[in-house]
Amino acid sequence: MEAAIGAQKRVLFEHIDDPNLHNIDRAIELGAYKAWAKVLKEIKREDLVQLVKDSGLRGRGGAGFPTGLKWSFVPQNSPKPKYLCCNADESEPGTCKDRVLMENDPHNVIEGVLIAARAIDCHIAFFYIRGEYDLSMRRIEKAISDAYARGFLGKNILGSGYDLELVLHRGGGAYICGEETALLSSLEGEKGLSRIKPPFPAVSGLYACPTVVNNVETLANLPRIVMRGAQWYAAMGTPKSTGTRIFSVSGHVKKPGNYELELGTPLRTLIYDFAGGILDDKKLKAVIPGGSSVPVLLPDQLDTPLDFESVQAAGSMLGSGAVIVMHEETCMVWVAELLAHFYMHESCGKCTPCRQGTGWLYEIVHRIEHGQGKPEDLATLEDLAHNIEGNTICALGDASAVPVLTTLRHFKDEYVHHIEHKTCKVKSNFRLRS
Amino acid sequence: MILSQDTKLKISQAGTRYPKIRSAILPALHLAYEEHGFLNDQMYEQIAEVLGVKFIEVAEAASFYTMFPKAPRGRYLIQVCRNISCALMGSHHLTQYLLTKFGVKLGETTKDGLFTVVEVECLGSCCSAPMMQVNEKYFENLTQAKVDQLIAEWKAAK
Ligand SMILES: Cc1cc2nc3c(=O)[nH]c(=O)nc-3n(C[C@H](O)[C@H](O)[C@H](O)COP(=O)(O)O)c2cc1C
Ligand code: SF4
Ligand code: FES
Repeated sequence: MEAAIGAQKRVLFEHIDDPNLHNIDRAIELGAYKAWAKVLKEIKREDLVQLVKDSGLRGRGGAGFPTGLKWSFVPQNSPKPKYLCCNADESEPGTCKDRVLMENDPHNVIEGVLIAARAIDCHIAFFYIRGEYDLSMRRIEKAISDAYARGFLGKNILGSGYDLELVLHRGGGAYICGEETALLSSLEGEKGLSRIKPPFPAVSGLYACPTVVNNVETLANLPRIVMRGAQWYAAMGTPKSTGTRIFSVSGHVKKPGNYELELGTPLRTLIYDFAGGILDDKKLKAVIPGGSSVPVLLPDQLDTPLDFESVQAAGSMLGSGAVIVMHEETCMVWVAELLAHFYMHESCGKCTPCRQGTGWLYEIVHRIEHGQGKPEDLATLEDLAHNIEGNTICALGDASAVPVLTTLRHFKDEYVHHIEHKTCKVKSNFRLRS
Repeated sequence: MILSQDTKLKISQAGTRYPKIRSAILPALHLAYEEHGFLNDQMYEQIAEVLGVKFIEVAEAASFYTMFPKAPRGRYLIQVCRNISCALMGSHHLTQYLLTKFGVKLGETTKDGLFTVVEVECLGSCCSAPMMQVNEKYFENLTQAKVDQLIAEWKAAK
């Protein structure tokens, strides 16, 4: 019997506390690369895709798209090579889960990459890692070279006749390169600009060849699904959001950290039982449940189950699984200003509404926060945000409108107070601890 | 600034790892940056030559990514995360504290050439906020005492 929803569920984190897990000998002792051998020897490519479809696994990078289905869009009759890219660019504010997997359990991540590569019949895969992630990079680099040395990568892997190369590609510190088409531009040596879809990468991606981009956490699930079966995986979580999720809890909680829980666990359980409740026992004000790009939830929504459908029904998104908690002393205009700065800074500049709009949003929110707002600013902000939303090539544009629109919707009084009194209603004055 | 033979060799090796050589531009930029701590046009030219791509292709890529400064910085490049999770835990005070302590403005280098303080966006260390990256290394769960101790160590190590 599976434990009730709400219990901590260590699937990806099964061995995460083992200090030697990053070492290939230890990883193999604990079962690494068994799934890879099984895939090569016993599972037909089509069956592998079906297995992952049956597991219900959905992407952990943000959009939650079914993984097996995404793979099945790759045309198998195309004469072009097919590529797999592991998206390890992790830069959505609040999100720090992929880093834990890469630093502590790199072989599991690599094994996931190998399995996905096989599923789409790819012979050169790329590991696109965020440029700043030094320890992750060293661990993944070592894991790749050890995997080559043991014959898990390279030519005629484990005598199966299957060849696969894995190339580590270090990013240059740009959030937009996590967006899948920008990631491909970056891999091709260009500026990391997003591309118009369609064509989708599955048909025309890297070097105009069929390409799949999958997130680190998504891939890390694959070895377990192969070893324990689709039914086992699908039994965790909810019918439409199966399995577990790593939630990065940050901000005003007593025990911030990465917690792996079954999908469908209530937000309240995550914040109060696992993350220890609100810092200094203050009152909860707002929670961002899926990284900085998604709308805030309010304290009366704490019973929302953390699965893709429920969070969406509550008016937000599960996104990258980053839960950012804010207590009563947080000025929401200040929060909007911080995030507006981020999107302005990270816009790739390809589309006008985003390039111009993100800067303008920041300018106005900055002015309001600093006591120079005008009454007509609020209407301008809304108008502007609505003009970016839906009018851009990639989702960064939409994301930039979110913090401004949702704080305006739920905390309009704070904006008004700023404009009327030239100062915060509640001042965010978070000091460095001594 | 001249790229060493070793760096050039590594750059050309990077070119062999990709189906198309242009993909090696970003790895090449990292290699050149590792050697000199900043990049300039002369280095772009050499990279372009080694890889057999156009100068503008290298310059364009380099200008897009935040990791490649065009001028040298202090021996310790202190990058304080200014984003939401860190800000909620006092990162703005951390930045101010460092600037006051060093008597510099954001982006300036101390006279002894040791420290440059800049602000950066989220570095994926949100659950251990506030944090800063110094050269390659992450320093997390920072307190004033921890920062004081680190600075003393770096000054002593000069
Ligand atoms: C602006 C932007 C940034 C993104 N950053 C990331 C990222 O850092 N990591 C990631 O896995 N996905 C990121 N995504 C989502 C990817 O585009 C893509 O959907 C994902 O990598 C697919 O993998 P999955 O199907 O395994 O979730 C981002 C999307 C956008 C619009
Ligand atoms: S929405 Fe913004 S980030 Fe995305 S392609 Fe357009 S300009 Fe670039
Ligand atoms: S917000 Fe500072 S590391 Fe993410």
